[in-house]
Amino acid sequence: MANADATPVLELSGIGKEFGAIRALHDVDMQVLPGEVVGLMGDNGAGKSTLVKIIAGNFRPTHGEIRFAGSAVHFNRPVDARAVGIEVVYQDLALADNLSAAANVFLGRELKRKFGPIALLDHKAMAARALELFGELRSETRPDDLVKQMSGGQRQAVAIARTRLSNARLVMMDEPTAAISVRQVEQVLGLIHRLKEQGVAVMLISHRMPDVFAVCDRVIVMRRGEKRADKPIDQTSPEEVTALITGAKEAA
Amino acid sequence: MAMPMESPITFSNVGKIRWWQRGIFASQTGYVLLALAVLLVIMHFASPYFFTQGNMQNVAKNFSFIAIATLGVTFVIITGGIDLSVGSMMCFSAMITSMVMIELSAPGSPLVHMAADGKTVLANVPGLILLISILAGLGVALIAGLVNGFCIAVLGLSPFVTTLGMLSIVRGLGYVVSNGRGSFPGGPDADYFYALTSGDVLGVPAPFIYLVILALAMAVVLHHSAFGRHVFALGGNEKAAELTGIPVVRVKIEVYVICALAAGLQGIIISGWLGSAPANMATSYELNVIAAAVIGGANLAGGIGGPLGAIVGCVLLEVIRNGLVLAQVSSYWQQTLVGVIIILAVLVDRIRSRMT
Repeated sequence: MANADATPVLELSGIGKEFGAIRALHDVDMQVLPGEVVGLMGDNGAGKSTLVKIIAGNFRPTHGEIRFAGSAVHFNRPVDARAVGIEVVYQDLALADNLSAAANVFLGRELKRKFGPIALLDHKAMAARALELFGELRSETRPDDLVKQMSGGQRQAVAIARTRLSNARLVMMDEPTAAISVRQVEQVLGLIHRLKEQGVAVMLISHRMPDVFAVCDRVIVMRRGEKRADKPIDQTSPEEVTALITGAKEAA
Repeated sequence: MAMPMESPITFSNVGKIRWWQRGIFASQTGYVLLALAVLLVIMHFASPYFFTQGNMQNVAKNFSFIAIATLGVTFVIITGGIDLSVGSMMCFSAMITSMVMIELSAPGSPLVHMAADGKTVLANVPGLILLISILAGLGVALIAGLVNGFCIAVLGLSPFVTTLGMLSIVRGLGYVVSNGRGSFPGGPDADYFYALTSGDVLGVPAPFIYLVILALAMAVVLHHSAFGRHVFALGGNEKAAELTGIPVVRVKIEVYVICALAAGLQGIIISGWLGSAPANMATSYELNVIAAAVIGGANLAGGIGGPLGAIVGCVLLEVIRNGLVLAQVSSYWQQTLVGVIIILAVLVDRIRSRMT
């Protein structure tokens, strides 16, 4: 369980974002503690993805401040967010099907060995490290198999293993369970538990109420660009969250 | 458990993929290679001349004349792009090389200083003119490749349209600079030029040696360098490549430059064999080059391809051409047969991937 007096890994205060005349986000405050799993819910257009994109460095907020592990940060590009320890697992997973699992894990961060002036890929080290990561995630995935031939759960494991490579402290997962089978959903939720065990904070962006209630410690509900609720999962219910999402209940 | 590595996981539900279901054995390149082997055996029985030294040299030389450009276009195809300007590029590079060679050797030229012996200064250093002219030929290819890459990667134009335009631009420039007449390698270094392009070492044609060296270099780059990894990633999922921080724009520009340089080098070698660089040289060669790459297993959708496939495709095309000549079949059939083989190769691959 997350430690209440630890420094929040992520702290947003007064975050707002306008696109021209459209106000996408207004005065959002939130905190995520290390090892905490936070569910971010809301209908389409509620501002979830804008918020995620601000945290991931795709957009700059118009107002407000982002603090990461206690210090203020400004991201101009996604690479900046990754550099401090924020990783995003995209909905379509951003995997190259024609490459092996290990190659995908290390994509853009390949391990190399120097032979004089030439740096060649260190296949062995990458496969060994990838296998280690799959072991941590308890996923039966062989580093040398092509991603093309893998199940949805394995692919998810590859995408998550990528975030473990850099020892990310906050992993945001965008609809990880939207397009996969029931059994694979179990695997993915298992993977989220593994991340939590390792002290990584996870933000789960999802439409699926059962998944959020299965893994999250806390749920945040967005509606019309504002945060309407921020409750520990044991003090709320799927019915209340649904009411908050649809607007039947204004705030909680 | 017989695992190659010490494993913290037990693979109870995930079987190991058998060796014959992965790598080259499960690729189009693999069975086109098999088809080629069968074809060679058939040719051996069909014609006693096929496996003679002279004919083998001929075959090796002829397929080398398109294979270097095929290596280049394979890079582009792996990223999911296409380069239609290779044929024109071959001609233009060859033309510039021989024009510069002539210009630097001519005593009356305004561009060069005269030495005391009545020759140009450059001509007194053996090989210098040759070096400068080849660099000039490759230089124009480099520029064309940069323009292709810039339009495609930075401006976001479609590769097909951009390189179709470049095909016309470069061919047109070739006519402009030569006034439609083409040009001939000449001057004091012409002998070196012919030796390097159409000579042989111990009976092995020089172009074939270049091809083998370049193909080996390409294999190392594609499979053992970060650049090669990124080329494959770009073809597999461009958005993923972008999100994982791969410098997509740079990699794209680089593959079009590599392709143009390969085409330029190929053109220079062909002009040495022809003894001239006519303005209509290598017209529509881009189709042969792309056909060879596709037969050899490069996937136009991106993500798949390699040097072995490029060479196998070129050899197959040349063996068929050569075989039809030896079998005294009208050479007009060649083109029809090539078309059939392109479709067959892709069709067999489709059937195979449906079965697994």
